[in-house]
Amino acid sequence: MTDLRHFTGFRPLTVLCLFILYAPLVIVAVYSFNESTSITRWGGFSLKWYVDVFTGPEAPKFRDAAINSFTIAIGAATCATLIATAAAVAMTRAGRFRGKLASLALINLPLMVPEIVTAVASLVFFITIGLTTGLLTIFLAHVVFCIPFAYLPISARMQSVPDVYEQAAMDLYATPWEAFRLILLPLMAPGILSGFLLAFIISLDDFLITNFVKGAGVETLPTAIFGSVKQGIKPNIMAISTLLLGVSVVCVTLSWLIGRAGQKR
Amino acid sequence: MLDVAQAVEIDSVVKRYGTVTALHGVSMAIAEGEFFTLLGPSGCGKTTLLRCIAGFEQVSGGAIRLHGEDIAPLPPHKRMVNTVFQNYALFPHMTVLDNVTFGLLRRGWGTRDAEARGREVLRLVQLSEFAQRRPGQLSGGQQQRVALARALAPRPKVLLLDEPLSALDLKLRQAVRSELKSIQRETGIAFVFVTHDQEEALTMSDRIAVMSAGHVQQVGPPREIYEAPQTRFVADFIGETNLIDVTVTQVSGAVARLQLPGGAAMDCPAAPGARPGPGHLSVRPERLSLCAAGQGDLAAVMQDHVYLGTDTQLLMRLADGARLVVRQQAGSGTVPDPGAALGLRIEAGAARLLAD
Repeated sequence: MTDLRHFTGFRPLTVLCLFILYAPLVIVAVYSFNESTSITRWGGFSLKWYVDVFTGPEAPKFRDAAINSFTIAIGAATCATLIATAAAVAMTRAGRFRGKLASLALINLPLMVPEIVTAVASLVFFITIGLTTGLLTIFLAHVVFCIPFAYLPISARMQSVPDVYEQAAMDLYATPWEAFRLILLPLMAPGILSGFLLAFIISLDDFLITNFVKGAGVETLPTAIFGSVKQGIKPNIMAISTLLLGVSVVCVTLSWLIGRAGQKR
Repeated sequence: MLDVAQAVEIDSVVKRYGTVTALHGVSMAIAEGEFFTLLGPSGCGKTTLLRCIAGFEQVSGGAIRLHGEDIAPLPPHKRMVNTVFQNYALFPHMTVLDNVTFGLLRRGWGTRDAEARGREVLRLVQLSEFAQRRPGQLSGGQQQRVALARALAPRPKVLLLDEPLSALDLKLRQAVRSELKSIQRETGIAFVFVTHDQEEALTMSDRIAVMSAGHVQQVGPPREIYEAPQTRFVADFIGETNLIDVTVTQVSGAVARLQLPGGAAMDCPAAPGARPGPGHLSVRPERLSLCAAGQGDLAAVMQDHVYLGTDTQLLMRLADGARLVVRQQAGSGTVPDPGAALGLRIEAGAARLLAD
């Protein structure tokens, strides 16, 4: 096979793609350290917008939104991880059963359905069953769309753990539950942690679905930022975006590292 | 055999996977303290039978009795049998000692007793210094011994071994064979050992069950399996043999009168089930010797030879075109020229009429 790198124009095309992808992020990050109030002119280095995020006039709003965001992300990621783990056990250990393919499709469906459709459907659903939109509805919606993200690393990990370990455990007088708890669970732990972190960050970042089901007065960080931006972009938005970017990068990197360390063992 | 206590009785065990039958009503009895080997090519059902005893497979019919009690309906964790797995299946996230005490703790042993017993078993397999290591830090041979220690620790009524030596290299495999055998003697536990390696089976076993296509072909001590095979499959699978087409004229008890190719008549031991008519005679290559043309039991023509170091293989052809192999020990006699006409003598009592 011809090495992709030898195609004419490979290098400039790559650079262009990377530029389009990452230049906006870099600009946001750089201008969050801008001294001036302008978002286009550089006025020297300063941390004042970061101070502003925590102490400025919008600080209470952002703080409440951040608390909501992290509470929902931790809760939703935990629930999604539990459900995804159970699903992975069924899919990789229960052999063949009726509706297995359908179950797999159902688990991964949220990845395929356009998010706006899920958002509208969720809102309609909550209204139909008479649930008041608020933190609870955000939480429920997040659990649902986090499941496939948690499921992927968990099932990948589980497929790499041969079932002979559980057989060995049961051969050594472990009940099926003990075999799961003492053998399979520890061996799957890297996948589970990886799935949790991925679900956490997906929940933390979500805007579209949250915006539909959040109800009046309840904000998460993404919706709070969007609300601020509507009144004009100030550098404090860039500072808070950069912080969020940092959390994302850390979580995704951790998820990847844990997953990889698990694979190596 | 009847007065010896039976550790395991396999009674007409049938195993079906959908429309495929892996075990066709297999029966055998394994005595207390016996080193019993299930031998056969891959796909013969030996591993399936082992997994039925361990409880990883549900039998489709028949009974498996452990010290008289039918264990076929029990789940694996309620059977007092332990398994040494082919690739050991040591728990990678636990230390060697934790691996070895795992079964004891599940059986309700106290931590201290379990640890003492664990160290005792590790001493038995000479791995005391490795108690705190992880399985990943051990060599293949050491892992194999940990797997053995782990399975022996709870003092199972029967130990099942699923080709435990196949992952080791040749040198190590030979060393481990005698070690395994001595541990078996020391513990007095019945071993059920699965292998496709006939040398392993012959050197280690008290008795061997040769299996093929879900049937038991023959059960007996190694010497009997090798020297008195009952079927073509056993004669062919264990060691090297010559199968000679003969005409059986008469069978009386364990002796048959038959006609060799070329017309010579001879009497020889017959396997149970041998009948008059066309049959097969099994003669091991080392039990044939050369003599002058016109003498001996068979007339043959020299074709070719293969030098093997300790001995030389002489490839012969009979008048009817059948091929024969004669093994000549190094230094005993000269190798005939290709095309030379010879006589072949069958050592008295060495030929055996098969049941087919």
